[in-house]
Amino acid sequence: MNALYALFVVILLLLVAWIGIGTVNLHILFGIVLPYLAFAIFVLGFFYRIIKWAGSPVPFRIPATCGQQKSLPWIKNSKLDNPHNAFWTIIRMALEILTFRSLFRSTRAELRDDQRIAYGDTKWLWAGALAFHWTFLIIILRHYRFFAEPVPGFVLFLQNIDGLFQVGLPVVYITDAVIVLAATYLFIRRVFIPQVRYISLFADYFPLFLIGGIAVTGILMRYFTKVDVSAVKELTLGWINFNPVAPEGIGIMFYLHLFLVSVLFAYFPFSKLMHMGGIFLSPARNLANNNRARRHVNPWNYDVKTHTYEEYEDEFRDVMKEAGMPLEKE
Amino acid sequence: MYDAGKIIIGLVVFIALVSYPVWYDAARGDIPTSVDPKIVTTEKECVAPTEYMKANHMDLLNQWRDNVVRKNIRVYTAESGRKFEMSLSHTCMDCHSNKSEFCDECHNYSGVNPYCWDCHIEPEEEQP
Repeated sequence: MNALYALFVVILLLLVAWIGIGTVNLHILFGIVLPYLAFAIFVLGFFYRIIKWAGSPVPFRIPATCGQQKSLPWIKNSKLDNPHNAFWTIIRMALEILTFRSLFRSTRAELRDDQRIAYGDTKWLWAGALAFHWTFLIIILRHYRFFAEPVPGFVLFLQNIDGLFQVGLPVVYITDAVIVLAATYLFIRRVFIPQVRYISLFADYFPLFLIGGIAVTGILMRYFTKVDVSAVKELTLGWINFNPVAPEGIGIMFYLHLFLVSVLFAYFPFSKLMHMGGIFLSPARNLANNNRARRHVNPWNYDVKTHTYEEYEDEFRDVMKEAGMPLEKE
Repeated sequence: MYDAGKIIIGLVVFIALVSYPVWYDAARGDIPTSVDPKIVTTEKECVAPTEYMKANHMDLLNQWRDNVVRKNIRVYTAESGRKFEMSLSHTCMDCHSNKSEFCDECHNYSGVNPYCWDCHIEPEEEQP
């Protein structure tokens, strides 16, 4: 049901854009006002979430460790999976963010026919997630051709690599195919694996459908319905120069694409998608495991009232001396 | 806020990345915000309407290429009934002989690198 609700909402969003552009002609609203608004919500919301997270103290190191801790010199420690200093923590974080090592580790438990439980590696989620995130990144970077003038060299380079096979005209981008397949896999996985379906909420399906919708409208626009790309860049450069115009004659598919992107940007800070910023703030990953090597003082410890033996002796010296008790200081 | 130094560095990097086009364009100053491909012909009518050609010319060229090279069909009948030879070098470039001011104008602007000229010889233009 959650999946159906999410699909329904995305279709509703498409209808809103379709009616707004196709019949009511709200080009200024959908082409200028909503994109600006969505971007502002994205940036401010992102800041808000990060600063709110930064307000949570982490007085004690709680890294999730997956290897031998650094201790005595003759015991070999696992530098990457149990980092003891900032350097190895950064390496560990970088590999986590760029290659998803923790997903690579995932295992699957299965009850065999003879009622024995068996565990095995499962790399599907890792492969699907890696394909999805990397193609998404490349696609976003490719879109800089609309925002930067002249088009930066790295964008042209990415386009050349992405369209390497020169299939069709305009050339088919490998990433366009991969992101649709990867998003489809990530969706099917949620529906067909019972345990995953049980924990899947609207907020899990909605971003998938939204991103899938963005990919599909983008693909339709590039390969099938076509739009006047120069007019699109006139619009996007207008945003960047803070002098926006809504040129006539851009096909409706562009506005469907743009509206879904606007919704994604505006929804971003309030959703699970904030893992983009959150991954950097994960205390189970971004801390070095030096709990035993260094003293970590709780920052909100109040001053504990102490009464040392020296102070005690000073207070009762006369009485103790009278009673003939041994004293450390006469 | 805890670890304020690191958080602020992270947020600065974030804002620098998402605003990259703004300062990239600002650093270049006066950039063209629209394109104006020059048409240098006395011919009144193209093989298809301008609006169609703006968005779909690559499709048409691809069909022409396939028809000529693979099916040996060389004549294109426009909607007006007029017949054209399916040829980039002759039909298209006869009117649009100014590659640098016509083709390249939009292609450079939107970062498109068509592979027409991998096979076809680029038209010679008088260098100003």
